[in-house]
Amino acid sequence: MVLMQPSGDIAVQQRNLIVVSTVLMLLIIIPVMFLTVLFAWRYRRSNTDAHYDPDWHHSTRLEVAIWSAPLCIIIALGAITWLSTHTLDPYRPVSRLDGTHAVPAGVKPLTVEVVALDWKWLFFYPDQGIATVNELAAPVNVPIEFRITSATVMNSFFVPALAGQIYAMAGMETKLHAVINKEGEYNGFSANYSGAGFSHMNFKFHGLTQDGFDQWVQKAKSQGGKLGRNEYLQLEKPSEAEPVHYYNSVDPQLYSAILNMCAQPGKMCMSEMNQIDANGGAGKESEANKAKLQYDGHRAQEGVEEPGATFPASGRPPNTNVQPEGMKPDALSPKVNGQGPKPGESQGQEHDMPGMDPNMPGMKPSSPAPNQLNQQD
Amino acid sequence: MLNSDLLKFIFGRLTIEAIPYHEPILIVTFVGVAIGGLALLGAITYFRLWNYLWTEWFTSVDHKKIGIMYVILAIVMLIRGFSDAIMMRAQQAIAFGSNNGYLPPHHYDQVFTAHGVIMIFFMAMPLVTGLMNFVVPLQIGARDVSFPFLNNFSFWMTVGGAVIVMMSLFVGEYARTGWLAYPPLSEAAYSPGVGVDYYIWGLQIAGVGTTLSGINLIATIVKMRAPGMTMMKMPVFCWTSLCTNVLIVAAFPVLTAVLALLTLDRYVGTNFFTNDLGGNPMMYINLIWIWGHPEVYILVLPAFGIFSEVVSTFCGKRLFGYASMVYATIVITILSYLVWLHHFFTMGSGASVNSFFGITTMIISIPTGAKMFNWLFTMYRGRIRFEVPMLWTIGFMFTFVIGGMTGVLLAVPPADFVLHNSLFLIAHFHNVIIGGVVFGLFAGINYWFPKAFGFRLDPFWGKMSFWFWLVGFYFAFMPLYVLGLMGVTRRLNHFDDPSLQIWFIIAAFGAFLIALGIASFIVQIAVSIRNREKLRDFTGDPWDGRTLEWSTASPPPDYNYAFTPVIHDHDAFADMKKRGYKRPLEGYRPIHMPRNTGAGVILAAFSVIFGFSMIWYIWWLAALSFAAILIGAIVHTFNYKRDFYIPAEDVVQAENARTTLLAGGV
Repeated sequence: MVLMQPSGDIAVQQRNLIVVSTVLMLLIIIPVMFLTVLFAWRYRRSNTDAHYDPDWHHSTRLEVAIWSAPLCIIIALGAITWLSTHTLDPYRPVSRLDGTHAVPAGVKPLTVEVVALDWKWLFFYPDQGIATVNELAAPVNVPIEFRITSATVMNSFFVPALAGQIYAMAGMETKLHAVINKEGEYNGFSANYSGAGFSHMNFKFHGLTQDGFDQWVQKAKSQGGKLGRNEYLQLEKPSEAEPVHYYNSVDPQLYSAILNMCAQPGKMCMSEMNQIDANGGAGKESEANKAKLQYDGHRAQEGVEEPGATFPASGRPPNTNVQPEGMKPDALSPKVNGQGPKPGESQGQEHDMPGMDPNMPGMKPSSPAPNQLNQQD
Repeated sequence: MLNSDLLKFIFGRLTIEAIPYHEPILIVTFVGVAIGGLALLGAITYFRLWNYLWTEWFTSVDHKKIGIMYVILAIVMLIRGFSDAIMMRAQQAIAFGSNNGYLPPHHYDQVFTAHGVIMIFFMAMPLVTGLMNFVVPLQIGARDVSFPFLNNFSFWMTVGGAVIVMMSLFVGEYARTGWLAYPPLSEAAYSPGVGVDYYIWGLQIAGVGTTLSGINLIATIVKMRAPGMTMMKMPVFCWTSLCTNVLIVAAFPVLTAVLALLTLDRYVGTNFFTNDLGGNPMMYINLIWIWGHPEVYILVLPAFGIFSEVVSTFCGKRLFGYASMVYATIVITILSYLVWLHHFFTMGSGASVNSFFGITTMIISIPTGAKMFNWLFTMYRGRIRFEVPMLWTIGFMFTFVIGGMTGVLLAVPPADFVLHNSLFLIAHFHNVIIGGVVFGLFAGINYWFPKAFGFRLDPFWGKMSFWFWLVGFYFAFMPLYVLGLMGVTRRLNHFDDPSLQIWFIIAAFGAFLIALGIASFIVQIAVSIRNREKLRDFTGDPWDGRTLEWSTASPPPDYNYAFTPVIHDHDAFADMKKRGYKRPLEGYRPIHMPRNTGAGVILAAFSVIFGFSMIWYIWWLAALSFAAILIGAIVHTFNYKRDFYIPAEDVVQAENARTTLLAGGV
């Protein structure tokens, strides 16, 4: 039971909390269960020895007791909740490596930027300059800071052995701080249903020694390919049970563009939209920006449909060649066993900046937009 | 091509491909349902029952008949929802490693969505509403609910919603989003098909019925109590019903609004909950749980009321701590609005917000715990008869505390971070919904069945049903607690780790036992109907009951009470029996009663057509049916033949017949 024998300090503390809370509640649950059985047996009708008092229906002393007994437990549990929720807040950097070691001064946490895609995980290691798909690694006893977003629907990033989960949502960044204490290979997955490929949205998390981690980074660097805007847009397309792969040359702006929902050419970044809004909005002219802010729609236009969709009202071909059981090929998906037709491969020019048009309505030349956005001039 | 344009105009996006003839499972189901349905229709026609059904049942405004129809709807939907459950259990028990199971994601994802929606909205809700409808007016000594036509209309709207959901089985598909249809997954960009539209329109149509029925029952309880029955002398079931209906009236409009916003997103391209253009899916998640958490208490409070009635009746003793029971119910009602965020601690709120909602959630366990002790001390110094309703109650008390404990555990935010969305959570809410709501409803059905039909349910098959359900529950859900602690999340249709399989097989075995429990329940009804003469109760009071409904005949006459009873104390009928109350035998007068009407059926039928045409983009039909709803409603307001008098002679005849029966029975 991984939750009961976790390998990361945060998960260990969460396990301890589960145990303590359960024991506290059992103080009241066990007597209730015992009394239920006891009273049911003792006051059965055939037992005429038991005292029968049909009019006894009130006892102030007893009622005070039955309200205050659960109250006491909840006061204790509430105090524990308040404290533990604050100390185990996923946004709070870890202050200790395990029960006995504080984080040594000057240790820089490992930063990992996590992107949930349909239906795989993309991990950026900005300090190492690599990125991986469906494989995560970290050195033991080094604090890890995850920054988590999604390029699709809501998912939840969860490595049970390491720490609790947190949602991954498009256009937003959530954070998780954790540390892994034991070497080993652990399971990670999405804990929030996200569509047809959800069941295979798994990855392995490797807890490694510092040397092992450095070797792993080297491996990613030597085996990896390039991850620029075009490669990302290719990767982002829905796929299931994606094998592990590595990237050694990663567009440093890419994570930020994904987070701001402007990895696609010609899209306006959220940060830019916020900037326009902060300046009072673009008024009627903002209509001209509408297409640049449409993000969800491009997936529908590309013809995404779950494998073996039996309802072809949308007229779209299936996107994988997995033959679901019990389905025959039909007119709209004649090749369910073979390679289905691919959606059009229209790709924009690769460019380094998030798709931005300096002349877009509402964008003032003097606007204090984030640096990366103003570099285009 | 003009032809295809024309077809598109006439049929919207409905094409022949929408019939899932690729899916052998659905085809077999369809054939089964079609044969069964045709046999049923044939039998009704053969025995010339159409006229009887229409005049005596479908158009009836009698709260008792409407209550019974709700319960029948709920039992039919229970079977549908349970079929989904057993399909999921079978899939998860076999889909390991190279075996993909027999349900592809496209089908499996619809199954778990439909299971949740059906069990909550079309099984538990109608069963709860049905029992409240049947029992509450009888318990408060009223002749009907405040708005009898509205009651009939509410029922048929609920049926309408159920029809829409069932239609999706054979025409098109159902949502593949989970039972709360979180955006952005449920938005047009990610779920372009008809599934989510079926979901939306099914719930909106049923929601109209639920909300109106809530208003109706509040008015009934507040305004129609018999003289002498002050609020603090009402039976506890009436109290929990009142609180439930307050919750319904306050919570369901939120659901209606949030689904309406989602509808706008999907139909006209607004961006309330999209990822892009400033939409915010988190808003949907908040709103749906502001409805969703009170919904939990909407279901469980009436069950608590049933247990209170059952425990005091079968212990032969007044309920312990009536006042604290009432206050506990009210506290739960209020607190249930202050806890919704505990459904998504993991969405990234700050620690203070999370702990606030965690602690409010825990506080709910205090009044719930007090209730548990009150039942316990009602048993203390009682004389317990282990009839079937009492068995369900003891099964509940033993089982529910486990669910309560895991619920409080899930309310601790850091613990929730590892348990959220896991099978531990699934086990928890089935623990409280089956162990609380379903056990309560079975207790209620067994308890009030003799009141509704004049004969008891067969106790042997009732006990079989109870034991299969109880043991089946533990087999089905205890493994899920374990799997949750093993870090297994919900809604997966395939697993890689073979060590998990044994637990899923045990759970599937549990589901099989529950199937036997449901089968035993159906056998129980069939056997009881066959042996009804042996099980007949002439007294109207088979259990030595304590509340008013047991003072009238079983089944009660249309008018419930020939004379409006006067109440002096708690447990009005027990009090009457103690004082040596004698039934008045003369002085009957004509009784003013509401008249049946077909308007509810007709409006609900138009609503189903409207929903169907909106789902399939058949705009002309949507416009026509919407106009028909409006016109139908307006025309109905001009129907002045709303009431009639039961002549005094008929009352005399009915009451004299009862006098004879009572004399013979004693």
